[in-house]
Amino acid sequence: MGNYLLRRLIVAVPSLLGISLILFVLLALAPGDPFGELASNPNIPPEVREALRVKFGMDDPILVRYLHWLVAMVHGDWGFSFASRVNVDTLILQRIPTTLYVVGTAQLLALAVALPIGVLAATRPYSIFDQIANTFAFIGFSLPTFFTGLLLILIFSVNLGWLPFVYRTDIHATGWLWYWENIKQAIMPVTVLGLYQAASYTRYIRSAVLDVIKLDYVTTARAKGLDESKVIVKHVVRNALIPVVTLVALQMPTVFGGAIVTEQIFRVPGIGSLLISAILANDTPVIMAVTFVFACLVVLFNLIADILYGWLDPRISFR
Amino acid sequence: MSALAATDATAPQPLLSVRDLTKAFPIRGGLLKREIGSVRAVDGVNFEIGPSETFGLVGESGCGKSTTGRCVLRLIEPSSGELRFEGKDVMSLSGDRLRALRRDIQIIFQDPYASLNPRMTVGAIIGEALTIHGLATSRPQYEARIVHLLETVGLQADHMTRYPHEFSGGQRQRIGIARALAVEPKLIICDEPVSALDVSIQAQVINLLEDLQQRFGIAYLFVAHDLSVVEHISRRVAVMYLGRIVETAASRQLYSTPKHPYTEALLSAVPIPDPSVKRKRIRLKGEVPSPINPPSGCHFHSRCPLAKDICSTEVPKLKESAPGHLVACHFR
Ligand SMILES: Nc1ncnc2c1ncn2[C@@H]1O[C@H](COP(=O)(O)OP(=O)(O)O)[C@@H](O)[C@H]1O
Ligand SMILES: [Mg+2]
Repeated sequence: MGNYLLRRLIVAVPSLLGISLILFVLLALAPGDPFGELASNPNIPPEVREALRVKFGMDDPILVRYLHWLVAMVHGDWGFSFASRVNVDTLILQRIPTTLYVVGTAQLLALAVALPIGVLAATRPYSIFDQIANTFAFIGFSLPTFFTGLLLILIFSVNLGWLPFVYRTDIHATGWLWYWENIKQAIMPVTVLGLYQAASYTRYIRSAVLDVIKLDYVTTARAKGLDESKVIVKHVVRNALIPVVTLVALQMPTVFGGAIVTEQIFRVPGIGSLLISAILANDTPVIMAVTFVFACLVVLFNLIADILYGWLDPRISFR
Repeated sequence: MSALAATDATAPQPLLSVRDLTKAFPIRGGLLKREIGSVRAVDGVNFEIGPSETFGLVGESGCGKSTTGRCVLRLIEPSSGELRFEGKDVMSLSGDRLRALRRDIQIIFQDPYASLNPRMTVGAIIGEALTIHGLATSRPQYEARIVHLLETVGLQADHMTRYPHEFSGGQRQRIGIARALAVEPKLIICDEPVSALDVSIQAQVINLLEDLQQRFGIAYLFVAHDLSVVEHISRRVAVMYLGRIVETAASRQLYSTPKHPYTEALLSAVPIPDPSVKRKRIRLKGEVPSPINPPSGCHFHSRCPLAKDICSTEVPKLKESAPGHLVACHFR
């Protein structure tokens, strides 16, 4: 197992190098650079502009710049944000907890909703409950989060005034009130993201359970005289969850990506909105770092999915 | 029914009696998956099994054998009919009493790969039944029982901690048998227990089943699609066609003097070990009709070499044509 992990991590290195090279080249070739604004600013003399470009190596060949980036990265220097005038790693570390809080809670909500509904729907296929669940799931993943998000803002912030529509990290409150304010402002983004995920998880769990429930070993469990609820939990759900767990793990990077939109709508100062503002400001070091973090997440969650799979399914062995 | 009663006059009180058992599965279709028809998988089946007896149930794939077997345990809810086990009405049982029935009747499945939970160890698979029915009061007793069961079916104690995927098909079928034996049942429904196994392994498993019958006095409902497998092990055999039993007789009688044209056709396909004996191969015309839309009257008339007008209008009753030999045909 330890051996397997080590081998997987070693294999991950070349793919991450490849990804970072492609990202770097793409960003370098893209029109516009962080000093574009300086060029049109009449207050900055051309010599200063030129000195800055040289200082940051803007005119070196792409590969040289990539190598500089890589060496700095390995040494823990993630670059400097031109727009925010702070180190990129500080910026990212500032933003990540918020994203983790919102995305993580949304995932928990999604599973808490999807698991019981998916299982119940599958145990009563084509019943009224199943049809209602299916309809809601279908509506759920047909509605984009930017629509449901704005709808919720309209209802709960604008009309009812119950919830704040701008997410803040500088809440002026102490003790319980601080927690309460933090929960209150997370309700809408978490609901929007969570229910959107819940919709697709529900359908996935339902079909996984339907696949397992007709297998002979489930009939065997009933034939042993086990009561139905135990048959479902112990024999059906435990086996149906194997593909579901892997799916959830594999979806995590996509979920972070999808959270960009939600973060944007609710002004959640997470890593997604950092990426958007960096793109708008041509803040290349930040774009590079954030996309690279996303790439690492993809590799990491792939590994997690494989490990979970082997842990849950005794038929898989780590060689 | 009087004919059936007569055949049982010599037999002891039946362990299981099945009367007019039917099962219709709904067919769903359209956008809303509404019920648009039904498959009559089992269509008025009657038979009895005595204690420690093996009763063979034979028929082509899809004729309703598995459904019949599962209905007996009420793993599938029958649409109608009467089931009695040791004289008790099985159809009226529910909840705990139904689960208690599952101590007396067990089932072994065809596919040894699909019938064992891949996430449970062999010990847990066998032991679960012990726990459910409170058959082991302490941990050492529980483990001793499992080891004993494994040894009874020809496996070893150290197999307990392994997972099903580590075993061959034949070994898995033995695990399935050990699991069924755990609750000391009086009847085991063997749903094509050897069909998925290699021929060399088939004999081993059948010998094991016979051996267990002798030691523990278990009765079997032995389902097969192949007459040759059943002949060897059964005392009496019933032949099924599209949800109905068309002929029942003592095993030897059925093989030596088949009466129903369908049985004749099935038998003509069974190879005979003695090459000097020649049997005329009867080829049936057409395919097995769909149970969704079975032929009227006698289900077999569309393929029967003897068919006359009456066959498509009247359902032939299962009646005694010789002592203990029942056949459902207008002409035999
Ligand atoms: N759960 C089910 N739903 C609908 N039809 C079924 C179901 N189970 C079996 N059937 C149908 O009932 C018929 C008998 O099936 P089965 O009892 O499995 O036959 P056998 O065991 O003799 O091969 C087949 O036509 C099959 O398609
Ligand atoms: Mg079958």
